[in-house]
Amino acid sequence: MFKNFFHSKGFGLVAGIFIILFILPLFAPRFYVYILALIYVTSLLAMSLNMVVGHGGLFQFHHGVFYGVGAYAVALMLTKTSLPMWVGFIVGPVVAAITGLIIGWFCVRLTRLYFGMLQISLGSLIWAIVFRWYSFTGGDDGIHGIPMPSLISSLNSSYYFILIILVVCLILMYMILKSPFGSTLQAIRDNSQRCEAVGINVRRYQLGGIVVATFFAGVAGVLFVALERSVFAEMLFWVLSLEIFIMCLLGGWFTFAGPILGAAITVALRTFVGKYTEYWTLILGIMLILVIFFLPEGVMGFFQGLFKPGMKEVAERGK
Amino acid sequence: MTFGPAELICQLLVGISRSMLLFIVCAGLSFVLGVLRIPNIAHGTLYMIGAFATFSVTKMFAGSAGFWIALIVAPLLVAVVSLVAERALFCHLYQREHLMLLLFTFAISLILGDLVKIVWGAEYKSVSAPALLKGSISILGASFPRYNLFLILIGPLVAVAIWLFTNKTKIGKISRAAAVDREMVGVLGINVSWVFAIAFVIGCYLAGVGGALVAPTVSITLGMDHTLIIEAFLIVIIGGLGNMWGALVGSLIFGLTHSFGVLFWPQFAIVFPYIAVVIVLLLRPKGLLKSVW
Repeated sequence: MFKNFFHSKGFGLVAGIFIILFILPLFAPRFYVYILALIYVTSLLAMSLNMVVGHGGLFQFHHGVFYGVGAYAVALMLTKTSLPMWVGFIVGPVVAAITGLIIGWFCVRLTRLYFGMLQISLGSLIWAIVFRWYSFTGGDDGIHGIPMPSLISSLNSSYYFILIILVVCLILMYMILKSPFGSTLQAIRDNSQRCEAVGINVRRYQLGGIVVATFFAGVAGVLFVALERSVFAEMLFWVLSLEIFIMCLLGGWFTFAGPILGAAITVALRTFVGKYTEYWTLILGIMLILVIFFLPEGVMGFFQGLFKPGMKEVAERGK
Repeated sequence: MTFGPAELICQLLVGISRSMLLFIVCAGLSFVLGVLRIPNIAHGTLYMIGAFATFSVTKMFAGSAGFWIALIVAPLLVAVVSLVAERALFCHLYQREHLMLLLFTFAISLILGDLVKIVWGAEYKSVSAPALLKGSISILGASFPRYNLFLILIGPLVAVAIWLFTNKTKIGKISRAAAVDREMVGVLGINVSWVFAIAFVIGCYLAGVGGALVAPTVSITLGMDHTLIIEAFLIVIIGGLGNMWGALVGSLIFGLTHSFGVLFWPQFAIVFPYIAVVIVLLLRPKGLLKSVW
């Protein structure tokens, strides 16, 4: 699966970027290290959503819930139990995936907008409970000052931790999407009736896709806790879920790396434009409208379309 | 926990009055969804604009006349905003798929939300009810705010008005036809683009009415659109897309489960409506009443 990739120009480019990112904290100011780490976390979240939305064609409207559940699971493990700290880091994604399994099990019975709406209602249920259960989740205050293992207690060490986990997750996601499972998922997106006709259990594959995606969303949640050491109820609110959607759209639905670009654009916009004006969402909204009008395949999709004319057809078929 | 029949009845009426507010907003959302097939997230932001506009207009006039004028002016302002948005942007995108439209309306809501922040600032605002509706009346010894009684009366009025519009006027009938088969309506020589524009503006006008009516009961603040729009979407879905009576049923389910939740378990009152929605969606995924889709 990687044979072609290792010899392509793309591999050199990707490897070069990662080497630069690895040595960056040695001379970059703390603030930029923090922003980069935040971009990694958000990228992982957006990529996990794109697995089911771009590649799976599902209306995963409330993906933020799984991110929040993963983050809350690790936060609660670290603050309320005395188990070894690293256990919490494994529990977070697993709990997120189990939540994904339960919610997904209900949702895959429906299609498109109804799928999305059922997911929003189930996700909002979880949000409402977290938002109000002050004694357990801290309610709308969230949980702050979560203790971290000493290995990743400094900013630079957590930066490396996040970057390494991100790279591992990207490789895993790439492998999953190129595997027969990933191809089946994309085939279901393009024509679910035909897939059903050749004997594929469409719902089971979709559910599988949701579980995998929610697992990675949980990983992103854990990484967020490792970076911020706090969790809050807004992580489970539907606005965040739509923001992740926007990242996928900005970067490009049908590309592998598009969501990374989208996440980077969004985080950078919030940080750097937010410094000058409090009206940064106005600029985000205008950008989004321009993208929808002129670049429906997203920024990455647009550039890929320039270099590989075939990609555009793939994108068209997906609609 | 002790409560007599008086508290129960009061809570029931509070629930109904809250349902009526939700209904007015949801009827607009449902109408737009039914005719234009646009899941309009900006609907909540238009509702917020309605509430802020009510604040400004009420402040302009002395006494309680301000509120009554605001009740007419604020929704009209919302209608103008939506007309501009429709003619400038939405009308080019009707062929796009739902997901794109949803994200597009989210972009609009981001922009409008920031414009509200620019115009009105980020502070809390409050509107006082007109003198006629201030205070409360006594029901079996328990006090019940007059304003909520006013809401209970105005809800059915709006429902009747929408029914008359969609069933008795020509434009209403055309828009209902466009909801079922827009191509056929176009073939008959009707300008579908303008039918859509009118339907969109009417739906958004209802959001403005809802915003104006809610103004005296809550503190008007940025972010009130976010909590409302998610409830509105769920109500429309459980009622049946595009079905006005469905919006009414959905609003009653949402409002009543919440108000009885307050009575029985205040801490988790906001959880109950979502449980009700989940149960309805599991039993009847396409909504309780017939959807026009």
